[in-house]
Parts: sequence; C-alpha cells; structure tokens
Amino acid sequence: MATSKKTVIDSKIPEGALSEKWTNYKAHQKLVNPSNKRRLDIIVVGTGLAGASAAASLGELGFNVLNFCIQDSPRRAHSIAAQGGINAAKNYQNDGDSVYRLYYDTIKGGDYRAREANVYRLAEVSNNIIDQCVAQGVPFAREYGGTLANRSFGGAQVSRTFYAKGQTGQQLLLGAYSALSRQVKKGSVKLFTRREMLDLVIIDGKARGIIVRNLITGKIERYAAHAVVIGTGGYGNTFFLSTNAMGSNGSAAWQAYKKGAYFANPCYAQIHPTCIPVHGTNQSKLTLMSESLRNDGRIWVPKKLEDAKALQAGKLKGRDIPEEDRDYYLERRYPAFGNLVPRDVASRAAKERCDAGYGVNNTGLAVFLDFSEAINRLGKDVVEARYGNLFQMYEKITDSNPYEEPMMIFPAIHYTMGGIWVDYELQTSIPGLFCIGEANFSDHGANRLGASALMQGLADGYFVLPYTIQNYLADEIRTPRFSTELPEFLEAEKAINERIEKLMSIQGQRSVDSIHKELGLVMWDFVGMGRNAEGLKKALVELKRIKQEFWTNVFIPGEAKDQNVELEKALRLADFIEIGQLMATDALHREESCGGHFREEYQTPEGEALRQDDKFSYVGCWKYMGEDQEPQLIKEELNYEFTKVQQRNYK
Amino acid sequence: MSITGAALVLFLTFHSIMNIFVIISPEVYDAICHFLGANWYALVGTMGLALLVVVHICYALWLTIQNKMARGANSYQVKARPKGVEWASQNMLVLGVVICGFLCLHLYNFWAKMQLVELMGIINGEEIHVGGAAVVQNLFQSPVYCILYIVWLVALWLHLTHGIWSSLQTLGWSNNTWLPRIKCISNIYATIIMLLFVAIPVYYLIVNLIS
Amino acid sequence: MEKSINITLKVWRQRGPKAPGKFETYQLGNVSTDSSFLEMMDQLNEQLIAERKEPVVFDHDCREGICGMCSLYINGHPHGPDEDITTCQLHMRKFKDGDVITVEPWRSHGFPVIRDLMVDRSAFDKIIQAGGYVSVNTGGAPDANATPIAKPVADLAMDAASCIGCGACVAACKNGSAMLFVSAKVSQLALLPQGKVEAAARAKAMVAKMDELGFGNCTNTGACEAECPKNVSISNIARLNREFLSAKFKD
Repeated sequence: MATSKKTVIDSKIPEGALSEKWTNYKAHQKLVNPSNKRRLDIIVVGTGLAGASAAASLGELGFNVLNFCIQDSPRRAHSIAAQGGINAAKNYQNDGDSVYRLYYDTIKGGDYRAREANVYRLAEVSNNIIDQCVAQGVPFAREYGGTLANRSFGGAQVSRTFYAKGQTGQQLLLGAYSALSRQVKKGSVKLFTRREMLDLVIIDGKARGIIVRNLITGKIERYAAHAVVIGTGGYGNTFFLSTNAMGSNGSAAWQAYKKGAYFANPCYAQIHPTCIPVHGTNQSKLTLMSESLRNDGRIWVPKKLEDAKALQAGKLKGRDIPEEDRDYYLERRYPAFGNLVPRDVASRAAKERCDAGYGVNNTGLAVFLDFSEAINRLGKDVVEARYGNLFQMYEKITDSNPYEEPMMIFPAIHYTMGGIWVDYELQTSIPGLFCIGEANFSDHGANRLGASALMQGLADGYFVLPYTIQNYLADEIRTPRFSTELPEFLEAEKAINERIEKLMSIQGQRSVDSIHKELGLVMWDFVGMGRNAEGLKKALVELKRIKQEFWTNVFIPGEAKDQNVELEKALRLADFIEIGQLMATDALHREESCGGHFREEYQTPEGEALRQDDKFSYVGCWKYMGEDQEPQLIKEELNYEFTKVQQRNYK
Repeated sequence: MSITGAALVLFLTFHSIMNIFVIISPEVYDAICHFLGANWYALVGTMGLALLVVVHICYALWLTIQNKMARGANSYQVKARPKGVEWASQNMLVLGVVICGFLCLHLYNFWAKMQLVELMGIINGEEIHVGGAAVVQNLFQSPVYCILYIVWLVALWLHLTHGIWSSLQTLGWSNNTWLPRIKCISNIYATIIMLLFVAIPVYYLIVNLIS
Repeated sequence: MEKSINITLKVWRQRGPKAPGKFETYQLGNVSTDSSFLEMMDQLNEQLIAERKEPVVFDHDCREGICGMCSLYINGHPHGPDEDITTCQLHMRKFKDGDVITVEPWRSHGFPVIRDLMVDRSAFDKIIQAGGYVSVNTGGAPDANATPIAKPVADLAMDAASCIGCGACVAACKNGSAMLFVSAKVSQLALLPQGKVEAAARAKAMVAKMDELGFGNCTNTGACEAECPKNVSISNIARLNREFLSAKFKD
C-alpha cells in the first residue's frame, strides 16, 4: 500500500455555524440564468431515487438532461425494493424530534465517521422531501384524522419514519419516476434505457461524456454533455449474495475511479440483520425483511446449547422452546434500544450467537424473529395490517407461516456506505463529475441508519444537486456542445472495444456466475462481518488468484455486437473483483472497528466496536494509480466542531 | 356495448314479464300482443330494438377485431383460465353468436307470424289480429322446439350473468364494496329473467308429456 | 424440507422481434425444491453455458417481487401457477418430479418480444409519460400535513399504487388490454386531493395513449385481477371508466 503523500483535499464546506452553512451556501453560490440552462447538457446515469429525482429536477429547471439506466424502465431501479420507510425531522409526533436530533442520530449511527456539514444539510432538507413527495401523490400511511403516520426505526428514540405499507421505496421511486416522466414528455429529459455506462470521457481535465453499451444491440454509443452525474447505487453485489438486485453493480463508479475520482471508505459495507437465511448453493440473492419488523418482533436464540442442537437437527421447532429458555440477546445486551439497535450492532450480535453455536436452522446460521408476543398483545389483525405483505413474502420464500412459527433471519450484505468521494457540492475529485445517492460516500459515515438511504437519495437528487451543480455550470455557459467525434471519445470507445474483445476471446471453461460465487465466498469469509489482518491478507491473495482465473478462464458465449447477457455480467464482474481488492485493502489499512467495519482485533471487552479516533478519524480516499498498482491513500480529516465524539452506546 | 346491452336487458325484462302471461292468462297475453301489434309506436319500438341489436353486434365484432390484433400474432401454447374468471366472460362472442342464430329462428317462429303478418295485412289493406297465445301454444306443441328454446335461453342466461354487471362496471358504477354486490345482483336478475322465459317451454313440455 | 426434482422445460426461443420463434425442450435434473423459479432458470443457463450454448434470455432484477421486471408465462399463467406473486417469488416446491413446464414470453401486440422470453414494455412508460403524474415542480410544496386525507382514501390510493408495472395484466387478458395498469395509476391520483386537479385530463390522455399503442379493450373478464401479483382490483377500472366518461361528458 502506498503511504499518503500530502495531497490537499478540499471538501468545500461553507463557513458559519452548522445550521447556517447550507443557507449561506445557497445565498452565495453561482446560478445559471434560464436562457443559458437550455444550452447546457447534463448526463445523469441511473434512475433510482437519486438519479430520477435529479434528472427530473434538473429538467424542470430547464437543463437538457440525458438520463441512462440499465433496466427496461426507470421505474425498475433497485431503490424500488426499499421497504421500511424514510426519515424526516418533522416532529409530527411531538416526541422531541428536531433537525438537530436527526443530524445527531445520523452522525452517531455512522459511528462518527461522516462529515458534519453534509449530515446537517441532509437533516435540514429531510422535511422538504416529505412535502415534495406528498405533493406528487405518494400515498404515505395516514392516521384516521387524515394526518401522516410514523413508525420508529433502529438507532432512534423518536418515531420519525414515514412509510407506505412495506413499499416505501417503491412509492417514492414511482413519485420520482412520474416527475421524470413529466419531463420526458416536455422534452427536457431524454431517456436511454437498457444502456450501461462503460466509461467516462474526460476532456481537458473535466468530465464531458460517457461511453455506453446498448444492451439490446450490443453497439457502443457515445454521449457528450457539460457535466456528468453518477447515481448508480452501491457495490454490494461484490459479495454475489446480497439484498441488491441482480443487475446492481459498481461499474459506473469504478470507471469514474479509474479515471481519477477518489473512492472513499470502500470497506464500509452494511450488513443487514434481518434477511432470509441462505437455502442452498443455487441461491442467487438474499431477501431482506424490513427493519420495521423489529418494532414488534423480538429476536432470540435458545439459552441452552442442547436446544439449539435439536433445532439444527430439525427435532425441535421454535415454538416448542419455553419462554424461560429463550435468550432475547439484544434486549439483554442493549436494554435501552433493545431490538431496535442499529443494523451493524444487531448483525454482529447475531453472528456472535451463531458462532457460539446457538444458530437455529440446519446450517446453524439463523436466529429467530418472533411475533408471538406481538400477536398476543395486539391481535393477529393488527400485526397483519402492519406487516401482512412482508409475512406473505416470507411464507412464499420459506414455506413457513410466520404467524405460527417464528421467522428465521440472518444478516446479509445490504448497502455500501463507501463510494465515490464527493465534496460538499457532491462533486467528485474530477471537475464536472458529480455523484449522488448510494454511489457516493457522503452522509452515512461507517454505518447507515434504517430509512436514511431513501432520505439521502432524494435529498441529493431533489434539493442538493440541482443547486450545487449550477455553481459549476455557471462557468460553463460559454462552452459549446461537444462533438462525440473528438479524439477523447474515439479513444475511450476503442479502449472499451478492446476490453470486450479480450473478454470474448478468452473462451475458457468457467461461467461468469461460477467465478462470481467464488469471489462472493472470499469476500463474505474474510471481508464480511468480522475482519482481521490475517484474513484480509489472505483475501488479497485469493482475490488476485480469482482475478487471474477470471481473465484466463472465463467463458462468454454469443457475440460482442449483439445482446449478450453473459458479457454484461462479465464486464461487471471484472470490476467487482477489483472493487473487492480495494475493499480488502481499505479494511486492512483501517486498524480500528467502526460501524459496518469490524476488525476483530479492535473490540471492547463486551465485544463492541472500538474506534481509534486519534489515528483514523478521517475519510480514507483511494486514488487509482494504474492497473495492478497499489492505489494511493489520501486522507480527508474529519474535524468534529459541533458534535462531541463519543463511544457509541445503545445500552 | 354497455349502453346497448343495458337497453337490451330492459327489453328482455319487459319481454319476459309479458311472456309469462301466456301461461297465466292467454287473454291478457293476446291483449298485449294486440297492443304491440302493427301500431306506429310498436313499430318505432321494434325499429329501435333492431337498431340496438345491430349496434350491439357491430360494436362487438369491431371490438373483437381490435382485441385480436392487440393479442398479437403468436398465441400461447398453454392456456389456463385463472381462478375466479367466469367462463362466460371469456366467451361472450361465442354466446353472442349462439344467441344471434337462435334469434333468427325466434323471429321466424314468432315475429314473422305475429307483427309481420299484421304489417303485411296493413300493406295489403286488411286488418289482421293474430292471437299470440295460439302461435305460442302451436309452436311448443313440438318438444324439439321446447328443448331448442331451453338451450337458447341457457346461452342467453350465461351471456347475461356476465353482461349485466359488466355493463355497470364499464359505465363506472362500481367500487370495491359494490363490485361483489353488483355481481350478485346481476346473477339474480339474469336468473329471474331466464326463469320467466324458460317457464314457458318447460310448461308446454310438461303439459305435452302429461297429455 | 428440501428435496430435488427432475423436470422437463419447454422454453420459447426467439432471436429477435422479427425472427420466428420456437420451443426448445431441455431436461434439467437435481433442482432443489427450495430454489426459486428464476434460480432454476439460472441452473438451466449454467447447464447451457457448460454445453457452450447461448443461455436463455429473460428479464429479472430485484428477485423480491417489487421491481416488476420478471415476466414469464409459465404453464398458462403469467408469473406461474401460484397466487399473488411475481415469477421471482415462485418456488420450485410448486412443481413435482417429472413435471413438464412450459415457459413462454408475455404475448401481446403492445409488448413485442426482444429475445427469447424478454419483451419490450416501454409502452407502459409512454402511457405514464402521457399523464401519469401530478404536475408539481420540485420545491414550494406545502407542508405535508396541510391537506388531511382520510385514511380509507389514502389506503385505497396505496392499494392502487402498489402496481409494479410488470404487464401480467396485459399478458393475462385475452384482449391484450392494459386497462388495469392504466386504471391503477389514474385511480391512485384521482383519489388523492393532490391529483384531483388534473384527473379528467389525465384519464383522457392516458386512455388515448393506451389505445394509440395498440392495447385491446376491456371486456371485464377479470383475468388481469386474478393474475395480478399485487392484487390490484378491477374496481380501479370502474373508477377509470367513471373518470373517463365524466371527462368526456364535460367536453
């Protein structure tokens, strides 16, 4: 690993008190006048919450927007799968919520590894998001009086989560999608579906376009613009099994990294505690059960090891174990937050119990999430009204009725807090390249709280980027439109074609998925929930071997210049392997435990994460130095001016 | 479809009530027949009715062509009727064709011998009053006709069980609460109409069997 | 409990929209009954790749029943022979050892086949673009609690809004009609005060676009509702009819 040279990193945080920074910024930033907006093109890659809301809002402002997605429709982006809800500091429940408290909970939940100014801005605009979505016709849950309902989520002691049944992400995305559709009709946004970004084009140091592959025809296409926005989500599928969609990938962000954008905190990956356990080797993905279930469900394993053994052998069922023999370990360890501790804490606690032999399914890798007490207390009807669709989903997958048998759950990779480094303006280290939503690293520190991903995606897309991008574009009003015949575009296209040719010509023996599964196992075993120096070093060796295996032994049937699903997957996997290497490198260098990054060497006697604030209170930004070269580490120091940094305590 | 269909349902309602008198009281039936004989208002009514039927059929054919095109060139290899979908609802055109065929027979059997005869009479300068009840009794002397009519009426009933609620649905008179109720009411209504109609051939069938 | 079955698959293969298609028969052994249908398709594709053949192309993404991408017509049913689920939520325990499973693409004029089992559903996007939105710009929205909405109304709007745009309604309809899809969006927005303002114009624009794109007419068979993975009710179609007729009367 290259040591950090003193590269100065400017995060462009505005002056002033925490609560005035965003107001100050907006008051003094540069804007683009309406007649000039028409002359400026913006490429937005991705149509999830961040991408669609950004494309729609920029279109409304009058910019010319080109919006790309890999799916057949913008409405299918994986934001749609978010279940539980979206946070906002509305304090409609009068339970003591405020912008500051949402900010504080997010900073604390992120284990003091996020940038204060960004998080405060996020909390500030959270309320506008709810207003905006209601105005679009998002059918949030309501009380009988007609006002909006809230529920509570992990890591908070107030009820600030707005929800639409168990389909909040869907409803918010459809809201953004409808706003986007309106702009498409008006002509301000042009949609390019079933297109995958394969490279970023840089002209004179500024991001000026992208190269995409048309997934239907296999043709390589070139698009130019004055600015490029990446909103392509996270890289959780590096692990093969995750709660991400099959198509979710880190390639767009990875191409940006390879063209010079810093990749920040790649090791911060969130493991979600409530997923349906793995069933077998053919499993293609893991299904999340919403965190909202932890409002009424109680998590437990047997107290006695012999009971656990009997459960594993299938001789006992969960309901056979008497109350006094159940260990509600979250309630035991964290009485103040109980089952609603943050995700990283809940996941590790489940792993701890399973490692100790108390797992409850045939693989020993599951714990119970039990609703029997809630059903007795509230009645089956109420439980059904709250979680009916989730219970139905669980039953369809597992063939077990959660009203009668406790659910079985286990942690799974869910979200990546790390991503492309951005400054306060959401601009990457490449001028003119912006990054929004999960794809950037900005707001969640080392761990994201439930119902905050939707908040961040929409905050970036609706209320932050449409302002900050103008500060950049104001200086671009004299730049004429670019031709895609410029040498930079042709070179980028040539490089892509060569890469594809190389892949197609390997003609080895392994399918893409078989190598991806191998990658996933290495990642899960060594770069997963519990990491240590020895394991990470081993992972780096293994990853190198897998990379070699991939580039010499992969087999891709079909043609390059044609629809070719295997080629799509291979292009993504090539990047996933390298992302895995960077994750392991970052995890190895960060000799502390914080949030989603747990180094077994650094824990308190009770097994809690132990940070090393004196050494690691910084954002670890990695700069690409060339193929098979060690990346360079650049540090953005996190100076907490407004918040007292403490050991996280949920007891 | 829905408007012409609803109007035809109203016609059928009236027709069935009128018919039942052929059993209860042939005199009253004859009086009604006389009332609806070759008068200007009855003729206008008949023309209107004919127009409704023609519109209903033309529209049905037009929609079917459109729907066939919308289905696309390739049809499914395996077809299965989903649970809860009535057979009638997917075969309205088939039922319609069956009903239409029998309608021609029906017009030949009755209308041609009743209103048409009177009409021809007027054209030829004569005033004829056909005793409707006698025509009915005459036809249903034949058990073959009785059974043919019963089959026809069952087809009509199937057509109506879907048609009545469907027309209300198309006109927008339905919601979550009322949808099952409307379906239920439609079934009862269609059944009552059908029973009134079918009572006549059944009655004659039984009478004939007994005698 | 997990067990394995052997099945025969009859899968529609078609190179392109204009190319003729045909069924190919594949034997697939050792399929875990705990796998999902799409995991079984993955297994088939791995087998084809091992034989150095091109895998079967089909749409799929989230694999948890919400993105609406998966779209297989299995043994005569869109999303297969189970209720209230998408293809990705169908599990192999619904099948028996030795079963012959026929897998076809959505077939409708509005959804041309792209390749094999993948169809083009961009028509749905075009219908939404015609008017499936509330015309409100970002910013300047009033406080979210400023307009109270009765819970039953909000719930009804939510039920309509749960449509995932998969197109099973069109695939199931013998008329290839998109009425359930259109009515779900029209209903959701017509029920809420935010969407009422444009309700009439929206109903007309979306229905006109649907007709223009060659979808069929609704004859109320109810097959769409029966096959809808999200149980969207045909009473939404009645509401659409109501909105549409009253809009036409006003003109």
